[in-house]
Amino acid sequence: MSTSDVTRDGIRGAHPGREARVGGTGEQRWRPRGQRTAAPEYSPDSYYGLPVLNPPRWAATDIAGYFFLGGLAGGSSVLAAGGHWTNRPGLARPAKLVALGAVSGSVVALVHDLGRPARFLNMLRVFKITSPMSVGSWLLAAYGPAAGAAAITDLTGWFPRIGATATATAAVLGPLVAAYTAALAADTAVPAWHEGHRELPFVFVSSAALAASGASMIAAPTAQTGPARRAAVLAAAGELAATARMERRMGMVAEPYRTGWGGRLMKAAKALTVAGAVGGALLGRRSRVAAGVCGAALLVGSACTRFGVFHAGMESARDPKYTVEPQRARVRERAARAAEENVA
Amino acid sequence: MATPRWLDWPVFRQLTGPDRLGRGAAAVSRETESLRPRVATADKVSKSICPYCAVGCGQNVYVQDGRVTHIEGDPDSPVSRGRLCPKGSASLQLTTGSSRRHEVLYRRPYGTEWEPLDLETAMDMVAERVIRTRRENWQEEVDGSRTRRTLGIASLGGATLDNEENYLIKKLFTALGIVQVENQARVCHSSTVAGLGTSFGRGGGTTYLQDLQHSDCIIIEGSNFAEAHPVGFQWVMEAKARGATVIHVDPRFSRTSALADLYVPIRAGTDIAFLGGIINHVLSTGKYFHDYVVNYTNAAMLVHEDFQDTEDLDGLFGGFDREDGTYDVDSWQYEGVRVASAAGKRSVDEPRHPGRDMQSSGHPESHGFGGPALHGEPLRDETLQHPRCVFQVLRRHYARYTPEMVEQVCGIPREKFLRVCEEITSNSGRDRTTAFAYAVGWTQHSVGAQYIRAASILQLLLGNIGRPGGGILALRGHASIQGSSDIPTLFDLLPGYIPMPHAHLHEDLNHFISSDAADKGYWANMRAYVVSLLKAWWGPAATEENDYCFDYLPRLTGGHSTYDTVMAQRDGICRGYFLLGENPAVGSANSRMQRLGMANLDWLVVRDFSLIESATWWQDGPEIETGELRSTEIGTEVFFFPAAAHIEKSGSFTNTNRLLQWKHQAKEPDGEARSDMWFIYHLGRRIRERLAGSTEPMDRPILDLTWDYPLEGTLGDPNAEAVLAEINGWDAEGRPLSGYDDIRDDGSTSCGCWIYCGVYQDGVNQAARRRPHREQNWTGSEWGWAWPQNRRTLYSRASADPEGRPWSERKALVWWDEEAGRWTGHDSIDFIADRPPSYRPAPEARGVEAISGVDPFIMQADGKGWLYTPAGLVDGPLPTHYEPQESPFPNLLYPQQRNPVRLANSREDNRYQPSGDEPGAEVYPYVVTTYRLTEHFTAGGMTRWQPYLAELQPEFFCEVSPELAEERGLEHHGWATIVTARNAIEARVVVTDRMTPLFVQGRTVHQIGMPYHWGPNGYTTGDSANELSSITLDPNAHIQEVKAWTADIRPGRRPRGAALRRYVEDYRRRAGVTETTGTEA
Amino acid sequence: MPTNQFSGPDPHVAASAGHRDAPPRYGFFTDTSVCIGCKACEVACKEWNAIPEDGLELTGMSFDNTGRLGADSWRHVAFVEQRKPLVGPPPDESHRGVDALAAAAQGVTVPEQGGWPAPLVPEQPGRGGDGGSAGDTDLRWLMASDVCKHCTHAACLDVCPTGSLFRTEFGTVVVQEDICNGCGYCVPACPYGVIDQRPDDGRAWKCTLCYDRVGVGMEPACAKACPTDSIQFGELDELRERAAARVEQLHGDGVGSARLYGHDPEDGVGGDGAFFLLLDEPEVYGLPPDPVVTTRDLPRMWAHVGVAAATMLGGLAAMFVGRRS
Ligand SMILES: Nc1nc2c(c(=O)[nH]1)N[C@H]1C(S)=C(S)[C@@H](COP(=O)(O)OP(=O)(O)OC[C@H]3O[C@@H](n4cnc5c(=O)[nH]c(N)nc54)[C@H](O)[C@@H]3O)O[C@H]1N2
Ligand SMILES: Nc1nc2c(c(=O)[nH]1)N[C@H]1C(S)=C(S)[C@@H](COP(=O)(O)OP(=O)(O)OC[C@H]3O[C@@H](n4cnc5c(=O)[nH]c(N)nc54)[C@H](O)[C@@H]3O)O[C@H]1N2
Ligand code: SF4
Ligand code: SF4
Ligand code: SF4
Ligand code: SF4
Ligand code: SF4
Ligand SMILES: [Mo]
Repeated sequence: MSTSDVTRDGIRGAHPGREARVGGTGEQRWRPRGQRTAAPEYSPDSYYGLPVLNPPRWAATDIAGYFFLGGLAGGSSVLAAGGHWTNRPGLARPAKLVALGAVSGSVVALVHDLGRPARFLNMLRVFKITSPMSVGSWLLAAYGPAAGAAAITDLTGWFPRIGATATATAAVLGPLVAAYTAALAADTAVPAWHEGHRELPFVFVSSAALAASGASMIAAPTAQTGPARRAAVLAAAGELAATARMERRMGMVAEPYRTGWGGRLMKAAKALTVAGAVGGALLGRRSRVAAGVCGAALLVGSACTRFGVFHAGMESARDPKYTVEPQRARVRERAARAAEENVA
Repeated sequence: MATPRWLDWPVFRQLTGPDRLGRGAAAVSRETESLRPRVATADKVSKSICPYCAVGCGQNVYVQDGRVTHIEGDPDSPVSRGRLCPKGSASLQLTTGSSRRHEVLYRRPYGTEWEPLDLETAMDMVAERVIRTRRENWQEEVDGSRTRRTLGIASLGGATLDNEENYLIKKLFTALGIVQVENQARVCHSSTVAGLGTSFGRGGGTTYLQDLQHSDCIIIEGSNFAEAHPVGFQWVMEAKARGATVIHVDPRFSRTSALADLYVPIRAGTDIAFLGGIINHVLSTGKYFHDYVVNYTNAAMLVHEDFQDTEDLDGLFGGFDREDGTYDVDSWQYEGVRVASAAGKRSVDEPRHPGRDMQSSGHPESHGFGGPALHGEPLRDETLQHPRCVFQVLRRHYARYTPEMVEQVCGIPREKFLRVCEEITSNSGRDRTTAFAYAVGWTQHSVGAQYIRAASILQLLLGNIGRPGGGILALRGHASIQGSSDIPTLFDLLPGYIPMPHAHLHEDLNHFISSDAADKGYWANMRAYVVSLLKAWWGPAATEENDYCFDYLPRLTGGHSTYDTVMAQRDGICRGYFLLGENPAVGSANSRMQRLGMANLDWLVVRDFSLIESATWWQDGPEIETGELRSTEIGTEVFFFPAAAHIEKSGSFTNTNRLLQWKHQAKEPDGEARSDMWFIYHLGRRIRERLAGSTEPMDRPILDLTWDYPLEGTLGDPNAEAVLAEINGWDAEGRPLSGYDDIRDDGSTSCGCWIYCGVYQDGVNQAARRRPHREQNWTGSEWGWAWPQNRRTLYSRASADPEGRPWSERKALVWWDEEAGRWTGHDSIDFIADRPPSYRPAPEARGVEAISGVDPFIMQADGKGWLYTPAGLVDGPLPTHYEPQESPFPNLLYPQQRNPVRLANSREDNRYQPSGDEPGAEVYPYVVTTYRLTEHFTAGGMTRWQPYLAELQPEFFCEVSPELAEERGLEHHGWATIVTARNAIEARVVVTDRMTPLFVQGRTVHQIGMPYHWGPNGYTTGDSANELSSITLDPNAHIQEVKAWTADIRPGRRPRGAALRRYVEDYRRRAGVTETTGTEA
Repeated sequence: MPTNQFSGPDPHVAASAGHRDAPPRYGFFTDTSVCIGCKACEVACKEWNAIPEDGLELTGMSFDNTGRLGADSWRHVAFVEQRKPLVGPPPDESHRGVDALAAAAQGVTVPEQGGWPAPLVPEQPGRGGDGGSAGDTDLRWLMASDVCKHCTHAACLDVCPTGSLFRTEFGTVVVQEDICNGCGYCVPACPYGVIDQRPDDGRAWKCTLCYDRVGVGMEPACAKACPTDSIQFGELDELRERAAARVEQLHGDGVGSARLYGHDPEDGVGGDGAFFLLLDEPEVYGLPPDPVVTTRDLPRMWAHVGVAAATMLGGLAAMFVGRRS
């Protein structure tokens, strides 16, 4: 019976809220489930299999390319400084040039990916510690000119003091440029990125070091690339370790790193990296050609890592199970814990 | 003064302000700072009403720099409380979007393209065509009776138009002798008018949307309430919030079912069996409201001893004439009463047997206000024991409607049925009320009027009429379809449900009145209403001496409904056609026949917003595709006039609450778009100018017509308030009348529509009143104006017991105040305000004086609610279950398969299919029903062109159960072809558990659901469901049966081109369809 | 100033974002148990914000032809048909394990039907009559209008490098279209898949909680239109109270599956400004079951970035130490 009475004095007992009840008298019979094939069964774990997240609109070439070029630049700046201060001009100069070229390329890629490229300057409208992209923009704003000055002073020979300062600055900022992109990727809801937020910076700096080493092995005289070759070995080891650890920690979310495009690229990266690093260490000193080939392998390997990470992320955002399952598990765990506490 | 740019630099603000992280205050942009919503900068807010459905939601229209910039809900409205459904919310796109045309277009005979034409020339051409066609097709007499009319011209449309526009259309066309004036009310709710009118005395819903909040139980049956009246549905939800039970009985699980407490699937076309079952339950378990039934219904009346029931005659009532296919209704009368119903054979000095012709003239609809007249005093048995008293007749009639029978006929399991009975009966009686809400799921059947009668009987037995939270809510369709029934652009009615005179019966005014007016109740004043109407139309020319120009009214000789018109077009009788806001090429049954009819015209005028299918069939219609028609061979001249939208004109709509609400013009229309008021007024003016000086008698009515309204604005629109004032009427001094009590029969008053009398009381536009709902009680009586006399609940006298006390203190609506000597309460009582409960009329009392203090149904000839209709309906005094025209089942209740007096017209383009046990029935094995979606509107003219709505339901589809999909190999999201004896169409398949197979008469039956909104034009396009439907009509109201027919369904798309007709033919052949199939009585 | 900037409850979001004298926080409570799936909210939003129409596609997903939230759909009404009664205990786990994705995939493929099958003589359908299912139709049709959650800790806002996304004085999260440069960072940051870029225009768009209207004291367009008040707009605190009472009432009525979503300030995003009453698990409606704002982990990310960068610098430097070749 309704609670609302129409009395002589007006309505009494009208519901104050605006909510209506549902159910209440529904007969509880279940329709047998026989073999009904045609009706689209609702899915208990997702909404018609649609993604929960909006996958990034980023283009792979732009953003994975940007990650790669940023790493290449950052790593090269460190190698350049090393070369600069250990008197390896043959290493330092190309590394500086590579750094400048790569950072320019990375900025172009970034701007190219903007929906409103004309507004790229808005990146410096605010400084937001919460936004890796904002931090990165400011970082690039500092690093880019430094890398540029380092390269130009080196080429021209003008203002050596300024050149040295710029080289040092670029070397200090370079690793940050290489590393922050990991935070950029991880600071999203994309499961395969976010869940790697601890290891991804290590993957990225390793990959950056590999790219820089590779570039140096191609561009510098073999005699001066010893640090690069050693770096490649170290970085390869670092990348393998970091990746393995990341995938282990991620659980089922690591799947996209092993399957599909992401998996293929990651496998290729691993092969190229190991081959490039080991080959470089063994042959890089003796053969200019071998050095070049190994260097190229490292470069491509590094690119593969970035594209692999990129695609794995995209895939994990597209398939709702990577979002839902870990979260479900979390909820269940919490409920179990709460139940335990209740019992205790 | 500009601040230095760098101070604007957010980083600077970050460093200096509280928002260090740059996530809020520091990041604000210049544009954000100056952000102002466009509603805040508007120059004016104009009040309007949503142009789509009959809920009549209030709209605020924002105008800036002469442009409408926004439309949203008016929070003051007591009906809608500011809310709008998706269609109402899309009104801005509807009115300002790019789909609207703003130029006149012309298609010359045999032309293949549209040509531009300027408005003035077009108007002149149309005026010339009207005059010529009228002359050439004039019928001064038919069969020796004066008719003074033309069947050469027809008009269709009105439910989307303002009351004032409908009034002028009816007035002008009637004066021109055009009788085929019709609107959506025919195809939509005409059976409602007949059903409710004969039951209670008025053809409008007995209650109003807001009152549903007081219901203890709401039965929604034959309506998809939540989808078709979404904003009105808030009142159902309000009731639910207070603990009411909501039940939905429908062939499909819809968005309404989703919110119901109990959903009951039913086989389409079997509701009378279901309701009859409940009636039987109520009677056999004694759960009726005894005191109410005895006092307020005709339960105690004795029926004539000659009466024979369907029990006696295998499903027929007494008096059936098999040859003619009609009933002689005399034996249905009360004992001691002479019938004066025009709906059949008449007893006093009338032609003995007008038969089918008279029956088909749609008289039952005239009971939309005032039940049929009776002469004499019926005998009563207050004990309800007499075997011939209505109560006992009823008991016997429904005895066979057992739960088992319901299960076998409707496919509703017994337990479920009994649960419904339990809910309804336990929520009725003194302390509780149950409401019924229905719409076209009930009206659109070959027994449509009787569906509504069945619900009326039930509600009377349960004592639910006239009480808060009770009643029957007829959910009307278009924004002003109620208005276009009240001020009818309908062939059989004059304003206020006064019947159109019939050639053979109504020679003169006296005859006309005497054959229709009642002795008792307000309908006894019919003469005053008719005379005042004639005065309104012919002013000084209407005098007592000339019968107030009664002869100027053209006469009917039979049915001239829109479906008769189509036949007349096919037969070359109707030559010119106005489509004033209706789209029969999609919306009317058998749409192919509609187009073939139009292809046979001399000229066609279409007034609409966009190029709807009814305007373009000659160029790219389906028959052009199949090669049946070729543009270069079609002689029809087509004029397209762009119509003004609701916000571009002032005028009133009447919503489903019978509530008139005024819309204020927000701006004038652009380009050559004009209001229908402008069109009809200036067309009339041009015709009158051309005919000026004519001495032909046939031209007198048009020349004598009062056709003089103040023009306003830059476009010369007639002033709508002046028209409203004429509708309201005035006395000899020109003072506005304040109610129909003021109307006189001596020619001293004039009134364009007597039931609207009072809407301009005191010279104030009462329909424009807008007192916010928060400032008054729930009846909202100071918002707009409801007929009759601003009353919201009809028959509210019945909410009090015979002594005048509320039946229950929790259901108090009106009560007798002894001290004040008046009725008082929350609503203005639908009774004589100072008539005490104890009043008993003297035997010789007539008219209003004859209404006793316990007669709540003041428009009925006996003051009672009719459980049994001794007169007024042509297919029986009691609802009886018949199978639809096309059904996969034999009628289990009686040998009589179909409504014996339904109007079926088998023609080459309107063939019927075998039913039940007839051979060939299995070729069309499935039940089809059609319906609406929230996101689209009717034939789609106002939604399929709107991107925001089109994207929400982007394709025509059919809904089938998984079981049917399996049986026929239909794939979800794939295509299906659905075929009937008329045509075949294709639709995307939606396989869903919401469609459930039913177990009927020992086997499983599948139903197919299809929205009918699509057609080949617009932004979203698709086949039209009405290609499949047949023209089969309810005999009382001429409404088409589009809620239940049979068909076959197959996977895949339909054949194209000429193969389509071959495909349909092939099916016909296999089913053995001939011209006699399905036509037996 | 509140202590926690990155996660957890924040009763004064607007103040934390530097708005002095901020009004109370406003939000939405969407009670899906009374939604009639009319989509007025979708249309009202589009009309008010002049959002482009985004394609005529029959999805095959019940009556949902919008699909999901995005740049051109700031409200989205989900439709879920289920074979279970409305009234009953909370759904157990037994419905799991259906191959949902396969079924859904089936739902969105368009089988191209080329030829016309030859008409067959239909056999008598169902005359044998299994009939068991007659009238047995207990199913429910869930409808729910989804929208931007206006998170207490809004990842989209946090990661936005331009300050285009900002926290308003009402505690809501809004894109400033004159600022957005289309970097697209906010898109993957949102744990609910709400904000998206418009391909032709490049910028990111989402619900503004009708910032312009609320600013002049008007109700948001969607809430105002909603016929059944499924969408309720108001002060967040009051809405939370109302929602709690509502859940209790529904439980009392036997609707055991009713639960709130996004109402809890202790959850992974610090509670939503727009929260919901659901009748099934969130993922059934396409919502994440336990979303966490990505910036909760940002301090650790920065730490790891720092260590990694230092490692790189040190590691590479170390390669130069020692014998010169
Ligand atoms: N969104 C929207 N609103 C509208 C309209 C619209 O086109 N779109 N049109 C307006 C108009 S013109 C009108 S008349 C009203 C109509 O309003 P409704 O009558 O509610 O509209 P329908 O959907 O045509 O039919 C109602 C229901 O009847 C069911 N039905 C079919 N056959 C039977 C039967 O034999 N028995 C029973 N019990 N039910 C049956 C259908 O499945 C459907 O659910 O809506 C008005 N409002
Ligand atoms: N199969 C099937 N068929 C049905 C029904 C069904 O349920 N099933 N329902 C029936 C019912 S109830 C109805 S009411 C009909 C409706 O059928 P129609 O009335 O034919 O359909 P509408 O699309 O509403 O057509 C009205 C037209 O008027 C135009 N219009 C709107 N406002 C104005 C105005 O101010 N001036 C002018 N000149 N034009 C205007 C609109 O653009 C639209 O094209 O369909 C009927 N047909
Ligand atoms: S279509 Fe009907 S319910 Fe919807 S807004 Fe208009 S009047 Fe209201
Ligand atoms: S729901 Fe997504 S878009 Fe909305 S405020 Fe939260 S993070 Fe931002
Ligand atoms: S796309 Fe626009 S709103 Fe989104 S993060 Fe980038 S600048 Fe901010
Ligand atoms: S609050 Fe405004 S912007 Fe947000 S969904 Fe509602 S209408 Fe759209
Ligand atoms: S939330 Fe409201 S407006 Fe939106 S679909 Fe549900 S009932 Fe309609
Ligand atoms: Mo209608």
